[in-house]
Amino acid sequence: MVRRTTGDTTLGDGFDTAARRLPGADVAWLTGLRRAGIEAFRAAGLPTRRVEAWKYTNLNALAKLGFEPADEDSSAALDAIPADALALDGACRIVLVNGRLRRDLSDMDRIPDGVTVSGLAETLTRDPASLEGRIAPVSHDRDGALAALNAAFLEDGIVLDFADGAEVATPIHLISVGVPAAGRAVAAYPRNLVVAGRGSRATLVESHVAAGRGPYFSNGVTDVTLQDEAKLTRAKLQNEGSEGFHIALARVSIGNGAVYDGFVLQRGGALSRDEIHASIIGSGAECRLNGAYLGSGRQHIDNTTVIDHRAPGSLSREVYKGVLDERARGVFQGRIVVHRDAQQTNGHQLNKTLLLSRDAEIDTKPELEIYADDVKCSHGATVGELSDAELFYMRSRGIDEATARDMLVSAFVGEAIEQLRDATLVRLFGDYVSGWVEARHRSTEESGA
Amino acid sequence: MAMLEIRNLHVTVDGKPILKGLELAIEPGEVHALMGPNGAGKSTLSYVIAGRKGYDVTEGQVLFDGQDILEMEPEERACAGLFLAFQYPVEIPGVSGTTFLKTALNSLRKVRGEAELDAMQFLKFVREKAKPLGIGDEMLKRAVNVGFSGGEKKRNEVLQMAVLEPRLAVLDETDSGLDIDALRIVADGVNKLRDPARATLVITHYQRLLDHIVPDRVHVLADGRIVKSGGKELALELEEKGYAQFSGAQAA
Repeated sequence: MVRRTTGDTTLGDGFDTAARRLPGADVAWLTGLRRAGIEAFRAAGLPTRRVEAWKYTNLNALAKLGFEPADEDSSAALDAIPADALALDGACRIVLVNGRLRRDLSDMDRIPDGVTVSGLAETLTRDPASLEGRIAPVSHDRDGALAALNAAFLEDGIVLDFADGAEVATPIHLISVGVPAAGRAVAAYPRNLVVAGRGSRATLVESHVAAGRGPYFSNGVTDVTLQDEAKLTRAKLQNEGSEGFHIALARVSIGNGAVYDGFVLQRGGALSRDEIHASIIGSGAECRLNGAYLGSGRQHIDNTTVIDHRAPGSLSREVYKGVLDERARGVFQGRIVVHRDAQQTNGHQLNKTLLLSRDAEIDTKPELEIYADDVKCSHGATVGELSDAELFYMRSRGIDEATARDMLVSAFVGEAIEQLRDATLVRLFGDYVSGWVEARHRSTEESGA
Repeated sequence: MAMLEIRNLHVTVDGKPILKGLELAIEPGEVHALMGPNGAGKSTLSYVIAGRKGYDVTEGQVLFDGQDILEMEPEERACAGLFLAFQYPVEIPGVSGTTFLKTALNSLRKVRGEAELDAMQFLKFVREKAKPLGIGDEMLKRAVNVGFSGGEKKRNEVLQMAVLEPRLAVLDETDSGLDIDALRIVADGVNKLRDPARATLVITHYQRLLDHIVPDRVHVLADGRIVKSGGKELALELEEKGYAQFSGAQAA
């Protein structure tokens, strides 16, 4: 039987050639992992909207562009970090260009104490055995076809470790730059491995940006492990180029008493999906997944999260707020699963969307699956417009309509931004929101003129 | 010239006539009270003056300094010197009181050709205005009206008025839901703005507020029209006899 896929995709093409030149091509466990990836992808194809997890995100545009893996020249072309990455002063910057580590652009000489960073490719070349068992295979059923494709073309990314007990004050800032190539649509498949050791405290900030115009595809997988009592903040800015495709999966494992504080702001890209699978395997742990999304034009922005409560007495909190203008489409899928043994789970999820135009759309799908009997779980979802009463009140005090709208939009998204517990990050991400709001304001004035 | 002159004002809401030929003139320096039974059209008048959507003026004019304001946006009216203290002040989650008021004041100052106040200058200015109203920094920082009690919301309206210094203030039942102490605080705030260049229209059900804000003129609004006008003694008479006489007149 031939499974119906979303058109004929060329995304898996070139695997056989690529597999021979990828780092560690002679390492059996690694080639096995890649082969399993391509086989799963070839069998399933790109997900269609008949696949439940992809019901609201149509990948036809991705299939049509005929992406091929970015070669080394494409990543070498960049000579400076784009200015629209987060301006996180004092952070230790690690730069990936089209999925490849660029040591020369990174602060490799000032890695903070208690932190080790290396490139995945260089490690696979030098000491592949050190990563055996650490590069987790991808399961098509659980992680999806695009994660399988990431496994097939697995090449580079970062290996980041926070040592046991390390209290790392300096944030690690991972800057992923997509560089479109002339005349071709290029794809990158970065795999990042992050381990926060027992009792460590650390912050990982990610900026996903573009250098230059044109289509490109970033299909990354990040595996994050929080060992017992670790506390990791992971804050991500998705500000890809206007023709960029961004599909990201983060698989997060949270141990006893550990706190994962996740945040994502999505505002760039033609089509994006930020997917997080958090597995709470320890008790007394906390999983915070918060986010914001800002869409305009014909952008499609998907946030999909799964929180698996597998151990008793843990807590999860989720607040996602978005603003969609023009013909933008948003998707929020939030699933919380409380397994039978996860008694005394406390989970709360909230998704709110503000639609600024009649043509904007949001599909929001909260799901609670509860198999334990002593839990406290709730969720809520709302979709609305700006309030006329609030607008009139502000205008009656002399604030012009455009400014009043801007203030209300920023305030709306602010609730999600403020879930970040770090004042610097609140300010930086807040600036991105104001920047977006002001840009919308200007484009409205122009189109109105 | 009257500061506010309303001529033959007819207003419908959802096709239903509410104001039916209302006439009113307020001179600079005056305080007028507008009283009347529920459903007479008092709040409709206040919203029409402030420029809220959903009120269709089918006939008549509202002149402020001789200029018809009915075609003006709400913010243009505010910048011209109009202010409405809302009967039900609106909560604005996520916008702090200081940000809100600073933005409003600077919008007005810009129109008046005055330099905008920076954050420090504004804070100093607003604290001065807030203190007599019993509004502290904590309340200023909170989101506008969010989680405020009824009395706090009304005091916050008076604070906005004190900061924006309008030439014509319309107070829509600012006394409702206030205890006697809060009433005095609010009235003091209003009286502070009394001067020969400003005017106030106080909309109220009760005589109580008028003990503190003594009006020059009192009008009775019933069934969409001013049916009686007089001096401050009219309010006392209404307190005694109620509005039944006017409802009766309209039924006849």
